[in-house]
Amino acid sequence: MTTHAAETSSASSASSTSNTFARPPADDVPADVPAGVPAAAYEAGFTESASGRVYTVTGGDWEQVLGAGEDYTERLTVNMGPQHPSTHGVLRLVLEIEGETVVQTRVVIGYLHTGIEKSCEFRTWTQAVTFLTRADYLSPLYNETAYCLAVEKLLGVTEEIPERATVIRVLVMELQRIASHLVWLATGAMEIGATTGMIFGFREREKILDLLEAITGLRMNHAYIRPGGLAQDLPDGVERDIRAFLDDMPKRIREYHALLSGQPIWKGRMVDVNYIDAASCIALGVTGPVLRAAGLAWDLRKTMPYCGYETYDFDVPTSLDADSYARYLVRLEEMGESLKIIEQCLARLRPGPVMIADKKIAWPAQLSIGTDGMGNSLDHIRKIMGTSMEALIHHFKLVTEGFRVPAGQVYTAVESPRGELGYHVVSDGGTRPHRVHVRDPSFVNLQAVPAMTEGGQIADVIVGVASVDPVLGGVDR
Amino acid sequence: MSYPSSFGAPAVPPLAAAGDPDLSVFGGDPLWLILLKAVAVFAFLLLMTLFAIVFERKVVARMQQRVGPNRHGPKGWLQSLADGVKLMLKEDIIPVLADRPVFILAPVVSAIPAFLAFSVIPFGPEVSIFGHHTALQLADLPVAVLFVLSASSLGVYGLILSGWASGSTYPLLGSLRSAAQIISYEVAMGLSFVAVFLNSGTLSTSGIVAGQRHWWNVVLVPSFIIYCIAMVGETNRTPFDLPEAEGELVGGFHTEYSSIKFAFFFLAEYINTVTVSAVATTLFLGGWQPPPIPYFSHFDTGWFPVIWFVLKLLAFLFLFIWLRGTLPRLRYDQFMAFGWKVLIPVGLVWLLAVATFKVYRENVTDRTPWLIGFGIAVGILLIITLVDPGARKHAERLEAAERERTRNAPSLDRIPWPPPQPSSKSPSPPYGPGPNRPSSVIVAGGPRQES
Amino acid sequence: MLSNYVPILVLLVIAAAFAIGSVIMGSLVGPKRYNRAKLDAYECGIEPSPEPAGPHRFPVKFYLTAMLFIVFDIEIIFLYPWAVAFGSLGIFGLVEMVLFIATVFVAYAYVWRRGGLEWD
Repeated sequence: MTTHAAETSSASSASSTSNTFARPPADDVPADVPAGVPAAAYEAGFTESASGRVYTVTGGDWEQVLGAGEDYTERLTVNMGPQHPSTHGVLRLVLEIEGETVVQTRVVIGYLHTGIEKSCEFRTWTQAVTFLTRADYLSPLYNETAYCLAVEKLLGVTEEIPERATVIRVLVMELQRIASHLVWLATGAMEIGATTGMIFGFREREKILDLLEAITGLRMNHAYIRPGGLAQDLPDGVERDIRAFLDDMPKRIREYHALLSGQPIWKGRMVDVNYIDAASCIALGVTGPVLRAAGLAWDLRKTMPYCGYETYDFDVPTSLDADSYARYLVRLEEMGESLKIIEQCLARLRPGPVMIADKKIAWPAQLSIGTDGMGNSLDHIRKIMGTSMEALIHHFKLVTEGFRVPAGQVYTAVESPRGELGYHVVSDGGTRPHRVHVRDPSFVNLQAVPAMTEGGQIADVIVGVASVDPVLGGVDR
Repeated sequence: MSYPSSFGAPAVPPLAAAGDPDLSVFGGDPLWLILLKAVAVFAFLLLMTLFAIVFERKVVARMQQRVGPNRHGPKGWLQSLADGVKLMLKEDIIPVLADRPVFILAPVVSAIPAFLAFSVIPFGPEVSIFGHHTALQLADLPVAVLFVLSASSLGVYGLILSGWASGSTYPLLGSLRSAAQIISYEVAMGLSFVAVFLNSGTLSTSGIVAGQRHWWNVVLVPSFIIYCIAMVGETNRTPFDLPEAEGELVGGFHTEYSSIKFAFFFLAEYINTVTVSAVATTLFLGGWQPPPIPYFSHFDTGWFPVIWFVLKLLAFLFLFIWLRGTLPRLRYDQFMAFGWKVLIPVGLVWLLAVATFKVYRENVTDRTPWLIGFGIAVGILLIITLVDPGARKHAERLEAAERERTRNAPSLDRIPWPPPQPSSKSPSPPYGPGPNRPSSVIVAGGPRQES
Repeated sequence: MLSNYVPILVLLVIAAAFAIGSVIMGSLVGPKRYNRAKLDAYECGIEPSPEPAGPHRFPVKFYLTAMLFIVFDIEIIFLYPWAVAFGSLGIFGLVEMVLFIATVFVAYAYVWRRGGLEWD
């Protein structure tokens, strides 16, 4: 069994990715660990064993971090994360501080690496959705949509996706955008000590999760959007619940403004903090609310529409302030815009299929929720079994082997709550993806953290990371 | 010296000579009574801590539309007691890098002074306990308020030692912060007291309470506000909870502590909260004096005043909780700047104003010219405020800056796109309409391909 | 007069007995299942720094705060007896104290101008 060394992303210091982390695998001799050193068990390296080379990775890279022979009279190295309450999961920040001032920020990632991209190569095109939905776990439906759009483009069936499926995709995505922004609001508020803001955010998110659970069967990691359409249609009565939510939510957004927006301490913590302008954002590839808060109205829903977003009426909120407070306001505004889109979606819902008509792709053909929450309907199975042996074989092949996708590669991108979520999908013509690469906005946006936080204070680092809103599941994949 | 009534209150009988307050009631208690009172104060503080923790959790929960603790004891009121017992039974971990004796000593050092500060707080007037006439106060000193200040500063040692002895980064940062924070706000706190002493002419807590028979010192509004802010800073509570900011420093100075030692930091924090609330009650809200409402003012003898005292104390505790439910945490530099650049100068100026006012009231007989001069000064300030000569220019500058900003706003046309690659052949086959567009879907069972 | 301090001493003894007793008791009744990771310093899940943060790492800024505190605390301690005796000092007391505060204020303004009150 082999483990890969944690990936070190060092945005500001080229020297930090030097030798001591893990020995290069090309080196054939086992690690030369000096005898009698008690810390040897903690040292990074590898040993040969019967089952192959075993790598030992640790976080003990202090020598590398502290530098050799440099005089740090006033400088303190603070390691923030991966086990830290405010690093959005397992982000690791290595901060050099003088007093309270941060002179250098290094972002270290890789602590949540789950091999999602690689795993997709060993599953059928449809099954890959189940992996990808777990990448950015706060916006799973965006992962699913972006991937499915890519697969559909490879199949050349983009035009054949039923209208109802596309509308529902937009509907659930926009619901999830609000939920994601609410988690951002809640965690961001918690991190700077506004506990009531935390409760407010999670309170409304719970309602959205209830809606998504009613629609998809799961609160998170839905695997609801499949190549060709949706796993299932909207259940009865959910439209009424969504409308009730639409009535309630504007009041709640006003409540957030009342609690936080004008508050001197809240503004003091965020206004003019973590400034990064539009040019720097573009240079670093930063997208999403961070870019829009810097003044550029770059929203893929407007600039490169997909899923029929060009036909919806909504605005792209921007700000010229480019600070954390602007990002906060932009996100709150975006929640309002999402509500507008959801309302239009509800108005557009017409009865119809939610899965592509092509039976060679549509899987599961007709699914309805069983008593256990998910599963094929007994009626459907009975129908297949009872009517046609060929249909049964077809269904069996489709489920076990999957459909083939013409060779080629596509890149599709959607505007996730965090920015441009792109999927580069390569097919070699087989029943499995040859490569699925995710351009995750959290990963790219994290590059901006050192630029934002250096020169600020330790407390600003927390606000800066929060204002970028990284989701480590998406960063490490 | 007669009690100088600065605010037009009727003259009250002589209280005590300056510097020598009448403390004859104190110091004469027999030992059993001293023991009884000491145990009572100790028990009161422990009970208040247990109560305050549950109270805080319940009130914050209500503010946040939650239920709060409701499992242990009647309606959850024994939650903090259960927590205390649980902490006692937890594993006691001392990190290897820690300086063991100091590490163990630190929570003790932070808890003991917290108890001590309460010994000079008057709970009520003189009562009779088992036939013995005594004041409802453990002790009083000619320098009682100074004693409170010194006891609360001693608590800082606990915090600094804990951070220093932990041998770890976060506690060190937390203890540095807390030391700087507490001493900075101690200055503001000390300043806010001076106006009270000017008013009451004594440092003894019982004397200060007695001096508020007609007018509570809360009329010294700026002093009261400065004290209220400083007391929150002094007790490391939201929005000034930077030493233990869990968002940045994980737990600050008590990160490495577990078991009962951790509980002692918690205990010390809550006792300090109760103590500063009691000091606020004593110095500014008339201590055990009943509120100046006609019907209530008769209940100022015997044991009744204890009720008033506890009610006022609870009001302050509620204020602490309210702040926690509402406000985020300040940043360190903002916090220090607020203490040094706002509270201290305001406190000094206000102090001089109070002193001047007192001297003016007592020593100036012909007030007309003074009043005219004061009126003219106020008038000039008012006119300047109304006319505001720099306002238009300032507004113009702001507008110009805003225009400039909007003009330089980034737009989609001005994105620095990378220059087009001068490549001859097109990149990967496009799947738009074209010859390469797959005409049909290859499904399972189609032409076999190696994958 | 010193008898006024006796009750405080009694409370001190009670509080100290409680605190020390609890700490000793806590270390006796709790379970003891130590391992290396448990006894390490908290470093956010990372192997702790080889050089523990020590007194040589205290930034100078904090010493400066301590010195400023001493200056102002002494000023305030001077203010207390003055405030108590103010009634009998009259205008003389006021003038004296204005002069004193003005002197300290000059130092305060100087510190402010030189950036002693900035924290970054």
